[in-house]
Amino acid sequence: MIVEAQPAPQPPLRPPHPRIPEPPRRVQVSLQIDGRHVAVDEGSTILDACRSLGIDTPTLCWAPNLTPVNVCRVCVVEVEGSRALVPSCSRPVSDGMVVFTDSERVRLSRRMVLELLMSSVDVSRAPDLLAYAERYHARSDAFGARTPYGEPGSRDLARPGQSRSVPAGAAAAIVGPVKVDNELYVRDYERCILCYRCVEACGEDAQNTFAIAVAGRGFDARISTELAVSLPESACVYCGNCVAVCPTGALMAASEYSMREAGTWDESRQSATETICTYCGVGCPLVLHVQDSRIVKATSPVDSPVTHGNLCIKGRFGFEFVQALPGGR
Amino acid sequence: MDMHLMKAQPSDIERAALDAVEALEIPGVSGAELRRSLVLPALHALNDAVGWITPGGLEELCERLDIAPAVAYGVASFYGLFSTQPLPGVAVHVCDDVVCATLGSETLCQEIEEALGPEGSPPDGVAATWFRSPCLGQCDRGPAALVAVAGSDPPCRSHAPAEPAGLLGAVRVAVSSRETHGVAGPVPARREVAPVAGSVIPGAAELTSEAWPPAAGPAGTASPAAGPAGTGPPAAGPPVARIIARVGRVDPGSLDSYRAQGGYAALRRAVWLGPGGVLAELERSRLLGRGGAAFPTGAKWAAVAREPARPHFVVANADESEPGTFKDRLLMEGDPFALVEALTIAGYATGSELGFVYVRGEYPLATARLEDAIGQARARGLLGGDVGGHGFAFDIHVRRGAGAYVCGEETALFNSIEGFRGEPRNKPPYPTTVGLFDKPTAVNNVETLCNVLQVIALGAEAYADIGTQTSSGTRLFCVSGAVSRPGVYEEPFGVTVAEVIDHAGGTSDGQAPRAVLLGGAAGAFIGPEDLDQRLSFESARHAGLSLGSGALIVFGHDADLPSALVRIARFFRDESCGQCVPCRVGTVRQHELLERLAQGAPLGSSEADLVRLDEIAAVMRDASICGLGQAAASAAGSALARLGVFDGGST
Repeated sequence: MIVEAQPAPQPPLRPPHPRIPEPPRRVQVSLQIDGRHVAVDEGSTILDACRSLGIDTPTLCWAPNLTPVNVCRVCVVEVEGSRALVPSCSRPVSDGMVVFTDSERVRLSRRMVLELLMSSVDVSRAPDLLAYAERYHARSDAFGARTPYGEPGSRDLARPGQSRSVPAGAAAAIVGPVKVDNELYVRDYERCILCYRCVEACGEDAQNTFAIAVAGRGFDARISTELAVSLPESACVYCGNCVAVCPTGALMAASEYSMREAGTWDESRQSATETICTYCGVGCPLVLHVQDSRIVKATSPVDSPVTHGNLCIKGRFGFEFVQALPGGR
Repeated sequence: MDMHLMKAQPSDIERAALDAVEALEIPGVSGAELRRSLVLPALHALNDAVGWITPGGLEELCERLDIAPAVAYGVASFYGLFSTQPLPGVAVHVCDDVVCATLGSETLCQEIEEALGPEGSPPDGVAATWFRSPCLGQCDRGPAALVAVAGSDPPCRSHAPAEPAGLLGAVRVAVSSRETHGVAGPVPARREVAPVAGSVIPGAAELTSEAWPPAAGPAGTASPAAGPAGTGPPAAGPPVARIIARVGRVDPGSLDSYRAQGGYAALRRAVWLGPGGVLAELERSRLLGRGGAAFPTGAKWAAVAREPARPHFVVANADESEPGTFKDRLLMEGDPFALVEALTIAGYATGSELGFVYVRGEYPLATARLEDAIGQARARGLLGGDVGGHGFAFDIHVRRGAGAYVCGEETALFNSIEGFRGEPRNKPPYPTTVGLFDKPTAVNNVETLCNVLQVIALGAEAYADIGTQTSSGTRLFCVSGAVSRPGVYEEPFGVTVAEVIDHAGGTSDGQAPRAVLLGGAAGAFIGPEDLDQRLSFESARHAGLSLGSGALIVFGHDADLPSALVRIARFFRDESCGQCVPCRVGTVRQHELLERLAQGAPLGSSEADLVRLDEIAAVMRDASICGLGQAAASAAGSALARLGVFDGGST
C-alpha cells in the first residue's frame, strides 16, 4: 500500500534526560569570492562558501552523501596565490582567501573538461552535464567523431601503459558492450565518466561491500569487479546504491533501462510519493516514482538522516509485489 | 566487508611465494593498514613466481591480506610490469622511448616481434613474449631492454645496449632454463646467463655491471673531474665530482670500502651537530630538492621535525622514471651506502624511526645493491635499534615499484607503498603534515639525499660556495642522445648547456644540435640559439624552463622532432593514472592531435588543431591533480613555440 506523505507529527513527550551540551561554537573564516565577502564555518569547502553566496558551481563527481574525490575537475576555481586551479569541492576555505569562480581560466578549464568528457563517452543521459555544456558552450564534436577505442569488451583486458591507435581524424571513445548480467541493473560503461561515485558508494562511503573498484590505468581505467567477472560472480549485494549515485545513467535499474530503450520512460508523466519502506524496522524513507499508476523506480532522499540516500536490495528493488496483485492493477 | 572469493586455487609455487613475503613492522601502523601495505610486495611475489597474477594467486593474496578481490585487482591492473592476463614466464620489455628511438630501438622491436610474435600475444610454441616499454633509465647505453624471467632471482635484468641476437639469445637461455628446471624451477641468476646472452658490453656498462671490480679500463682510473661516470676518459672541465666522487672507486658491495672512502663521516658529524644542528646546517646550505620541484630541503625536514603527530617517516624517491634520466640509478648502483647513510641522517634529523626507499621496478641491479647495503649496515649496527651506538633507532625498507611513472609523484608513491592504486592525492595537505600512512613525511629524491652528505661533510658555508647564489652545490646532468659520450655529468650550477654538451664530447656528428630537451618528457625544448642557457634553478626559471630531473637529451641536426613529440605524448597517455579528466582524456587528445599534425593530416586546419592543442595544454596545466598532467603538454608546447615544429603544416 502506498502511504501519502504526511506533515511532520508533533514531537512526542519524552522523559527528562540529561542536558546535551551545546556544540562548541565554530570558528568563522572570512574570504572573498568574486569580489564579495563571505564568512563561513571553519572546515567548509570553497564549494560550500560559493553555495552560501548563491554561486552555482558545476559538479560531477561531488555528491552530498559521498566524500569528495575531486577527480572530475569541473568545479575548479581560481585562488589567488595558487599556481594551478583548485577543486572547490574539496579545498577547505582559509582566512583571507581570494577566489574567482568565473575568470577566463576557470571558464576555459570547465569547458575543456566537459568537451573532453563529451568526446569520449555518451553523455545523452547525463542531464547535469548537458546543462553545464550549454552554460560553458562546450561542443561535443570538438575533437572529431567519437570512435570506438578497440573491440567491444577489449577494455576489460587492456594492459596498463599499452595504448592502441584509432583511425586518423577520430577521437578515441569508450566502447561497451552494455553489461546485462543480472535482473536488477544494467551497466553501460560507454556512458561512464569515471567519477568514482559508485566505487565510493559500494565501498567506504556506504555499503562496505567493495564489489567494484577502479581497475586499469589512464584512458583504460574502468570500473570493474575482480578480473571483470559478472556481478552475480562478484561480491555485489544489489543494494543499488551505485545506481543511485551515478550521474550519467551508466548504471541504471533494469526496469528504467528497458523503458528508456523502448522509449516509454517519461519523467513528465511521473509523480513522486514519499513513504517508509515496509520491509524491516529501520524505517528507511522511500520515494516511489510512479508513471501511469505503476511504480517504476524507488529511491531514498539524499538528505534523509536515516539513509543518506542509500537503501538495500529490498527497499530499492522489492516493489514489484505491490503491482503483482491477483488480477493485476 | 564480506569476503566473496572467486574459488580459484593458487599453485604451490604461488603459495610459497606468498609465504616468503616478509611481514613488516611499521611504527604506528597495524591491523588492516599494515596488511594492506603488503599488497605491492605480495603482487610482486606472485608476478615474479609465475610471470603473471593468476586468479588463484590473487584470491590467495586477498584471503591472506583480508582485502576485497575487486580492490586487489584494481591495484594489480594498475602497474605495467604486472599482468592479470596469462603470459609465458619470460617477458621482454623493450624501450622505445625518445632516446632509445634514436639508438635503433625500432629495429630491435621489429626483430623481437619477428621472433616472439605481436606484443603480448606469443604464437603457439613460443614461451616468451615482449612489450614496448617507456624509458628504462639506460639512456647512456641504449637501446635498452628488461627481461623478466618468472621464478628467477633476480626476477628481471637489464640489457643495455641490447642488440637483437644477444637479447634473443638471453631469451632462449631463459626459456630453456625454465624448461630444464620445469616451469617452476629456478633460473640461473644473471652472473651465469649474462655472458651467454652477450648483453654485457665491455666499456659502456663497466661501472654498473655486476662484476666488481670492473675487469679493466676506465672505471678504476677515471678521474672524477667532470667525467662521465662510467665512460671514457675525463673531459676537460672543472673537477667538481662530489656527489658521484665515489662511483667507480668504491666497491658497491662493501661497507668497509665505503668507510675507507669517507663513508659514515657525515653521520658522525650529524650526530655531533644534533638534529637541530643538522636542520640549521641544511637551511644555511640553501640546498634545493633535485627531484624537479626545487623545494628547500632544510625547510621540508624542519617542517616534519616539528610536527607533533608521530611517528614520522622519511622516504627516498628512487622511482626515477623521467625519460632521459638515469642519475639515481648510477648513484644506487655505484654508491648504494651513500643513500643508506643519507637516509639515516634524514631519519635522525626528522625524528623518524623508519625510512622507505621506493625504487622503480625496472632497476633490478640498483635494488639488489641497495638491499645488500641495507643488510650489511644492519649487520654492523648502522641500522637498527641503536644506530652506530649513537642512541637512536632507524631502519630502512626497500619497496619495488612495478612500472608506473606516476608513482614518482610523492603522494602517488605513498599510495603505492600503502597498497592502494598509485593515484596522486590532492594537495594540500602536504606530505610534511599528512604523508605516508597519513603521518608527517619527508620525501626526497636520491640525488638530494646524496647532497645532504656533502652539506654535512663540508659544512653549510663551504657547500653553499659551490654553484650560484640561489642554486648551491652541484647538479647531476644525464646527457643522452646525439652526443659522443653520453653519461652522468656532475657540474656546478651555472654551467651552460653548451658546456655540458662539450663535456660529453660534443655532438656525435660535430654539428650544432637541432634541439635539446631539458628536464625529460616533462621538461622543455630549447633550440640551438639557446645553448648558452645557464643551468641553475633561477636562470632556468627566468627563461621559462625547468631543470626538472636533470635530463639533457640532445637531438642531432637531422632529428625527427615531430616523431619525438608524438612519442612523448604517447608516454604521458600511457602513464596517466586516469584519475582526473584533464589528464586522462587530455593526454589522449594531445597524442591524437600530434599524430595528425605529424602526419600532415589535421582534422580541420593545422591552425585549428594548434588552437585545440593549446586549450588542452591549458586545462591539463591548470586543472590536473598532479604534476604529471600539469607538465604533460610542456615539451610539445615548447617545441611549437621555440622550435617552430609544425609551422606551416607538418614539418
